[in-house]
Amino acid sequence: MAECVHCGQECGKNPVVFDQKPFCCNGCSMVYQILSEKKLNRYYEMMPSPGIRLETENAAGTRYAYLDNQEISNRLLEFSDGGISRVKLFIPAIHCSSCIWLLENLNTLHPGIMHSHVNFVRKEVSITFHDGEISLRQLIELLHSIHYIPDISYDSSKKDSHQKANRRMIMKIGVAGFAFGNIMLVSFPDYLPGGEAIDRLMAGTFGIVSFILALPVITYCSSDFFLSAWKSLRKKVINIDLPLSIGILALFLESSYEIFSGSGTGYMDSLAGLLFFMLIGRWYQSRTYQSLSFDRDYRSYFPIAVTLLRDGNEEFVQLQDVRQGDLILVRNGELIPVDSVMMEGEGSIDYSFVTGESIPVSKKTGDFVYAGGKQTGAAIKLQVVKEVAQSYLTQLWNEDRLGEETGMNMQTIVNRVSHYFTLVILAIATLAFIFWAFEDIGKAVYVFASILIVACPCALSLTIPFTFGNLMRIFGRNGFYIKNTGVIENLVKTDTVVFDKTGTLTHSRSMNVSWEGEPLSVSEMQWIRSVARNSTHPLSVIVSDWLPAVADMTVEGYREIPGMGISGLLEGHSIMLGSRKFIAGSESPEDSRVSSVYISIDHKLKGYFKLENSYREGLEEVIAGFDGYQKYMISGDNDSERSNLVKVFGADDALYFNQSPLDKLNFINDLTNSGRKVIMIGDGLNDAGALIKADIGITIADDIYHFSPACDAILKSSEFGRLNHFVGFARKSVNIVYMSYGISFMYNIVGLSFAVQGLLSPVFAAVLMPLSSISVVAFASLSVTVLAKRKGLAVSA
Amino acid sequence: MSVIVVLIGFSILVAAGFLLAFLWAVRSGQYDDDVSPSVRILFDNESDKSNDSSVNQNNV
Repeated sequence: MAECVHCGQECGKNPVVFDQKPFCCNGCSMVYQILSEKKLNRYYEMMPSPGIRLETENAAGTRYAYLDNQEISNRLLEFSDGGISRVKLFIPAIHCSSCIWLLENLNTLHPGIMHSHVNFVRKEVSITFHDGEISLRQLIELLHSIHYIPDISYDSSKKDSHQKANRRMIMKIGVAGFAFGNIMLVSFPDYLPGGEAIDRLMAGTFGIVSFILALPVITYCSSDFFLSAWKSLRKKVINIDLPLSIGILALFLESSYEIFSGSGTGYMDSLAGLLFFMLIGRWYQSRTYQSLSFDRDYRSYFPIAVTLLRDGNEEFVQLQDVRQGDLILVRNGELIPVDSVMMEGEGSIDYSFVTGESIPVSKKTGDFVYAGGKQTGAAIKLQVVKEVAQSYLTQLWNEDRLGEETGMNMQTIVNRVSHYFTLVILAIATLAFIFWAFEDIGKAVYVFASILIVACPCALSLTIPFTFGNLMRIFGRNGFYIKNTGVIENLVKTDTVVFDKTGTLTHSRSMNVSWEGEPLSVSEMQWIRSVARNSTHPLSVIVSDWLPAVADMTVEGYREIPGMGISGLLEGHSIMLGSRKFIAGSESPEDSRVSSVYISIDHKLKGYFKLENSYREGLEEVIAGFDGYQKYMISGDNDSERSNLVKVFGADDALYFNQSPLDKLNFINDLTNSGRKVIMIGDGLNDAGALIKADIGITIADDIYHFSPACDAILKSSEFGRLNHFVGFARKSVNIVYMSYGISFMYNIVGLSFAVQGLLSPVFAAVLMPLSSISVVAFASLSVTVLAKRKGLAVSA
Repeated sequence: MSVIVVLIGFSILVAAGFLLAFLWAVRSGQYDDDVSPSVRILFDNESDKSNDSSVNQNNV
């Protein structure tokens, strides 16, 4: 079977042929056509099948008409002056070198585009254009037409601040590295045998030089540590940065004293080296997935503008300006942004993102429609009942955002350790000081400082960044994306796991199909398939995929009645597919949750296709793999699947059905209040509240770059079967942390035993301190990688 | 021996020059995206493309 030249998917039996090349759909061949006309064919040379195929209809239509509204487009533009504008767009489809090439050659597609620049890591393209020649709307429609659909929202500021923080961090590492290298250079003679022979002039100069070089290290590079230590002191807690700051300060003051009193050369090289390593650790830990977003709120899910009907005229207004009682128009494929009432049209609303259920719900005039669904079919008119911020789902979401972050109440391992660590070190230092004070007060001060210096828990502070940072990177390679390393620590402490059902335990897109009724002949199946192929309704697609593939026949008089069914004439036979009401004229008597497609041929009911959600592969292993956990399932659906799920979950009382989004939230709340540490695994907006309330919220997503509710981790849906392995691995990694702690304590004990005796020399410090840091970093990173390999996880791209 | 003081002075000056260059590179955003520059360098210039585009078309 041929593969599409553009997107690489199978073309099926009837590929669209253009330029003697096969394409899977008209959309892909269109893109090829546009690119070949403008001689941009190199796109296909760099990467085989680089394109992304559109799931839905290609035509942008009036979807971006709101961009003609000056106010809205001005908010999106980064810069606009004198006919030249610049816009930065997030395009999730960017994935390979061909994408970079094409998007940077946009000026070939339209002369109005002056320059475009791709940031691959953030999946962003920044485009400068003449706004007199091409409007923002035309520009975005152009991108849409070549399958690079921008995700338009206002919230890009968060990403910018992350970028700024990252730059600051890299600069600090640069400065610390510079100081480290050069102080080492000037300190080097001291470490050589016969170093005492260096004349006083040189020793003095070198001392001053290393002091000057250390100044930016202590003022600029270590500011984050001091700040964090100060903050924690004010909150009356001890975090790792407090003993670190004490160590750094002691090191700096003792060294300065030695340099200026002429009694020695100090430990400035150790100081700069330590900060260099610790900053690298912080940087490694803060490296997150820049193109993913874990903290989106409802604003980035809903469109930024809606079509308002005022006195029969359509106009575009920003979403927050929509008022109660307004009449809005929602077209095919658009989201319903507010809770509203159907006024006109046939609603067929796809709530797949809200509930995980992909079969559209039909709505009639006068029905209440919740926000969050997507209209499929002709345009509908709605009257707004509640403004966007008051809509049922968004309110649930906002309510929780106000509360403090639940993950914070768990004390991190490192802070618990550093609490005792600091107290012990201070005790030892004080005792040693008192002991030496009887002999020599000068020596006592020196010993006190030496103890603080050598006990500086830098190896301790490097353990977590490198263990969990590496773990996070490996998880990312395997389709499990974690917000930050703190999530891993919390993950380990959980003891309860709660699953959503639809879309989480079940597939959201594929279904089990079975035929109930009199057996169909081959030609009947052929007819049904030919009719069903004409419709894009999910049920028609599933039915036509399930039936054996045959050559397509031409359907005469094809009709599609939204919310009802489809019909057509084939070889003189009238074929009808659809709801029971459409075919048999009566409402379906049985359970409404199992979807059925009724079939009649020549107005005679033949039977129906029964479509049931299919469970994800590996479901039983995943549930069983959560060993020692309390397991719950909470679903908005009715209990038709109860018997199947009891088998999996083992206990009947672990299953909750008919739960509203608010019930889910309260359920999680009750669990956490009773002291359980909860993982919530869900997928849709109806789980959004519960995901935030849980200690760990994991979202399952087919497409990780598209919108997902606020959560702590995103799991690619194809990797669901490995979820329990991920959690198990995270548990194992904590052992690595404790082992690294053991190593760093060993160094500390050796160092301390010298320091209390007043024997700490600069050479000793210069060797011991970097050695302990490096060995801990090497141990932490390597053991995580080795463990991952043993567990069968991919460790490199 | 004291010439070493002068030499070290110069070496630190040179190193400081590189540090400044590094800081400038970070501030100008060269470390924001470490993937696309490595790919971009392999793209041909626009002028080449128009000349051999007919060949490219046949190769696809």
